Amino acid sequence: MSMPLRVSKDVGWRLFVRTVAARAYPRLVGQQREPAGAFLDVFLPLLGLSAYVFVYRAIDAPEAFVGFVILGGAMTAFWLNVLWSMSNQLFWEKETGNLALYIMAPNSLMAILLGMAIGGLVSTTLRAAAIIGLGTWLFGVRFSVSDPALLFAVFALTLTALYGMGMMFASVFLLLGREAWHVIGLAQEPVYLLSGMYFPIKSLNVWVATGASLIPLTLGLDAIRQIAFASGPATGFISARVECLALAVLSVVFLVLARLMLGYMERLAIAEGKLTESRG
Amino acid sequence: MVESSAVRRGDPWWRSFRTAAWLGWQIESNWADPFLFAVYSIIKPLALAGILVVMYGTITRGDFASPVFTYIYLGNAFYLYVGAVMSGMAWAVIDDRERYRMLKSMYVAPVDIRLYLIGRGAARFMTGSVSVLVTLVVGVLFLEVAIDLTAVDWPLFVVSLAIGVVMLAAMGLLLASLVLLLGHLSWSLGDAVAGSLFLFSGAVFPLEVLPRVLRPIGYAMPVTYWLELLRRALVGPVAQAFPTLAGLTNLQLLGILSALTVGLSSAAIATFRVCDFVARERGLIDRTSNY
Repeated sequence: MSMPLRVSKDVGWRLFVRTVAARAYPRLVGQQREPAGAFLDVFLPLLGLSAYVFVYRAIDAPEAFVGFVILGGAMTAFWLNVLWSMSNQLFWEKETGNLALYIMAPNSLMAILLGMAIGGLVSTTLRAAAIIGLGTWLFGVRFSVSDPALLFAVFALTLTALYGMGMMFASVFLLLGREAWHVIGLAQEPVYLLSGMYFPIKSLNVWVATGASLIPLTLGLDAIRQIAFASGPATGFISARVECLALAVLSVVFLVLARLMLGYMERLAIAEGKLTESRG
Repeated sequence: MVESSAVRRGDPWWRSFRTAAWLGWQIESNWADPFLFAVYSIIKPLALAGILVVMYGTITRGDFASPVFTYIYLGNAFYLYVGAVMSGMAWAVIDDRERYRMLKSMYVAPVDIRLYLIGRGAARFMTGSVSVLVTLVVGVLFLEVAIDLTAVDWPLFVVSLAIGVVMLAAMGLLLASLVLLLGHLSWSLGDAVAGSLFLFSGAVFPLEVLPRVLRPIGYAMPVTYWLELLRRALVGPVAQAFPTLAGLTNLQLLGILSALTVGLSSAAIATFRVCDFVARERGLIDRTSNY
């Protein structure tokens, strides 16, 4: 009689890391299978973005504002990645029947979301870099980085807070049906407005700007503009160092909330039978 | 043999269009209660307009009485139709093929797929109309957009809008035809194309601001003439103050818009024929591409 086959199973952090890698893999491979996507992802959004550059030129705005638009457009790529490829992804996984498998498997939902984030982050970073590179070349944007270390810290913290926020939102999408698509729609243009994607956030009412600071993009963009442009500090909302600190706080808060909400929403979705529900 | 009442009722072309428009309206609107749907329909376009308003206000220190602002605001408001119809028709293909997985059922049903897609675009035109109207009302009430209802050239407005509807349907059909052949890339195509045409159509700035080499693209696009006609109909003196198309009379603009619309419609029908054939040959009608 043969001995039963012994299968070694990863648990704990090893399982977490393997789950992250497993979920990131199809994203990375899928992007390479459609190289034409790079054209659509970079060139067409850049054309749309250029319209805002020419609006500024039509009203004789200082050239620094052109740089603000290009930077905002690059950061839009990350926001769209968070919305469509993380938050809404759980809804889409439900529609295609994968969500129940994710829940049944002995891995963490947070690891799956992190895998989605890392898988999407590679192409999104390339897209953002291409937008900045092409935008700088086409419109002659002049950067003047005053503190590279602070710039790196602000960028990294903005992405951490942003993706933490995305994970938190993803938990809400466990419960949503068809309205998920429309919720995503509501999180685009209104967020572009509130976060000052194409203009300094200081232009908004101080209370609106303070409220909008809960969106990591708002403080991240404002701080990056202050550090990366010579005229940035003059248009800044609050000091870049304070914004960096606030982003660190937001990162911790969103990641903790994401963990708590994912657990709660998962239990709620199971109790209400929403995990396998498809309302088209 | 007795024909069913459904078969007897009306022209099959009209039935395809009407049913698709009704289906599209239901898909667009019945995901929430009417109040929530109304809020949703208002917030998005107002946020889009708000971005331009803040950009303009920051630079000009709130000089909203300037004709430039009216030019930008109206162009942006009516361009909402372009985004709604173009991306709406492209999304109709994606939704039906990938999400509801019923595009194959539409193909075996006795409907004209072109009219079905145009019907879905018509639903987006209806929801888009709400957005356009709200944006215009907010502009007039709060932002000094100078529309005087007694001075509006209504015949020009109605004729321009009607030709524009045909033009938008042709543009949407052209895009939807291409989406039939595309896989995962198709998801962002509608919004991306609509966004990029925003640059060349002179929607939010006069074409003179564009580099000289890019201007011919704007002059070749029917949307450019359509937006100019709508501006002239609503705020004639303001629109004519801009040099882009100042040398052309309203009648000439209507003629150019009509000719371009006929050309675009022919191109859309021919493109659909080719894409439809290739999609059937390659078995793309029921393809799903999510990963």
